Amino acid sequence: MTEQSKAQTLAEKIISRAANVVSVSPGELITCKVDNVLMHDSSGPRRVKERLESLNAKVFDPNKIILVSDHFVPATDAESAEILALTRRWAKDNNISNFYDMQGICHVMMAEKGHLLPGNFLVGGDSHSPTGGAFGCFMVGIGATEMTGVLATGEIWIKVPETIRVNWHGTLSVGVSSKDIMLFLCKKLGVNNNYKVIEFTGTAIDQMNMLERMVLCNMTAELGAKTGVIAPDSSTIAAIETAGKVFEGNIEDWQSDSDAIYFAEYNFDASELKPQIAAPHSPENTNDVDSFENVHVDQAYIGACTGAKLTDLHMAAKVLKGNKVADGTRLLVAPASAKTTNQAASDGTLEILTEAGAIILPTGCGACAGMGAGAIANGEVCISSTSRNFKGRMGSPNSEVYLGSPYSVAAAAIAGKIADPREYL
Amino acid sequence: MTFNSEQKGSAWVYGNNIDTDILAPGPYMKKPMAELAKHCFEAIDTDFAVQVKTGDVVVGGEAFGIGSSREQAAQALVELGVSTVIAKSFARIFYRNALNLGLPALVCNDADKISKGDQISVQPEQGVIINHSKNEQYKCEAIPPQLMEIVRAGGLMPFLQNKNNK
Repeated sequence: MTEQSKAQTLAEKIISRAANVVSVSPGELITCKVDNVLMHDSSGPRRVKERLESLNAKVFDPNKIILVSDHFVPATDAESAEILALTRRWAKDNNISNFYDMQGICHVMMAEKGHLLPGNFLVGGDSHSPTGGAFGCFMVGIGATEMTGVLATGEIWIKVPETIRVNWHGTLSVGVSSKDIMLFLCKKLGVNNNYKVIEFTGTAIDQMNMLERMVLCNMTAELGAKTGVIAPDSSTIAAIETAGKVFEGNIEDWQSDSDAIYFAEYNFDASELKPQIAAPHSPENTNDVDSFENVHVDQAYIGACTGAKLTDLHMAAKVLKGNKVADGTRLLVAPASAKTTNQAASDGTLEILTEAGAIILPTGCGACAGMGAGAIANGEVCISSTSRNFKGRMGSPNSEVYLGSPYSVAAAAIAGKIADPREYL
Repeated sequence: MTFNSEQKGSAWVYGNNIDTDILAPGPYMKKPMAELAKHCFEAIDTDFAVQVKTGDVVVGGEAFGIGSSREQAAQALVELGVSTVIAKSFARIFYRNALNLGLPALVCNDADKISKGDQISVQPEQGVIINHSKNEQYKCEAIPPQLMEIVRAGGLMPFLQNKNNK
């Protein structure tokens, strides 16, 4: 086999391109140039500004930095307001052309604004940065000190990861979504898949829209993986065009070779999957919804980068239409972006949600990150369409968070307890 | 504090999947580090932040530091004077964050042989953990010399500043 013809996975192809080499092998330490960088208000300017100054460094390219305020929005106190003010000043001082202030959650903004193009290598100052993999990108989360290094140089070293292929054939049943796939995988593969890439393939993935594919890659963070990837297809290109951008490459270049070597391969039948619920305090504590009888919920929360995009609101509306939120339970909905709110308003979805009794919150990371509206009290139980149910994440350390799809959260809101959404569809 | 391999510290021992929200709880993320650090581990151990002493060692199981990219998860430990984190495995972002903040993170299969309060010292470059209380030695994955340079400097920032000043 010649160097040129070495079979590679999609992730290996992207890393090779970013490192400007013909091919890479798992375990290799290699330096890559980044195509774009994502930062938000929590781990961004407030954490890198002084560090950059201490190095006497400027950002490598202000046009390749996407900055989003989403964690402390809207400000609920003087400290949050100060963090946001600092973020805005830094964006201005550094000529950041792609600054989205209170327009939506960073991972959703990346897709809406067309900053994710197949074959790109990106880093983000947020652990859910693997979301970008849905567009055929290799995108990883990093901390603020590393981010400072990337901002100064436009480069980062990585260890080339092995790839695990997860193939979902068949078609998901009514009332079952990509969130159920990911909760199931958290149980099946565990949360310790360090230094691995998860590549999703199969008919069930091909059939998904981009918003649903984003959930898969996003929650590879919950698998403990380095990132997730999905090879681009016509849906990917259509989404990029909707965002007003043009992909000038060839999607054929960004597919895993048929003889590429995988660390492991799993095959699942999507049609057999039931709605999944993760019990506190880890996404790995997942089971079929029918094993959670009579779990009362005080709060049902539809929010965050994995759980409040337009598709998610549509799922909730299907369940909630003509129903009412149960007494003793509250339903909070924080759409994932301003555009999502607009779309849900114009297509009648918001009306269905509010008629059922949902309270609509501003867009942002909010309760999911434990930083905004929707926090829960001592002893309270929340069912959430978000991605994480760590102890104390959404408020009191003595509260409990269950995770489910937007279908399942909506069903629990009506029933006042965890319920099978298929009974309402 | 910069790393010192002569130092002994008491072990604080926790289980698997210690996540970043346990280390740096979301509700305190807007507070200054000194304030945030007071809430480190509070969801599972309210004694830790009050009683931990400079030089002490935190010991976990699998997937230590899983979750958010928030660097404060590692920084809170540094703020409280923790000298080393030992675990069976680390979440990758936490691992990189720890080293970049000057906190040695040691991958050790025998992490569960360490009990709370054991006196521990470590030699990260040699890949050795010494349990003085039990008179035992454990092998761990050595931290590569180029990364130990960063750790010894007190993290990536002081490392780069020193470089700039030379």
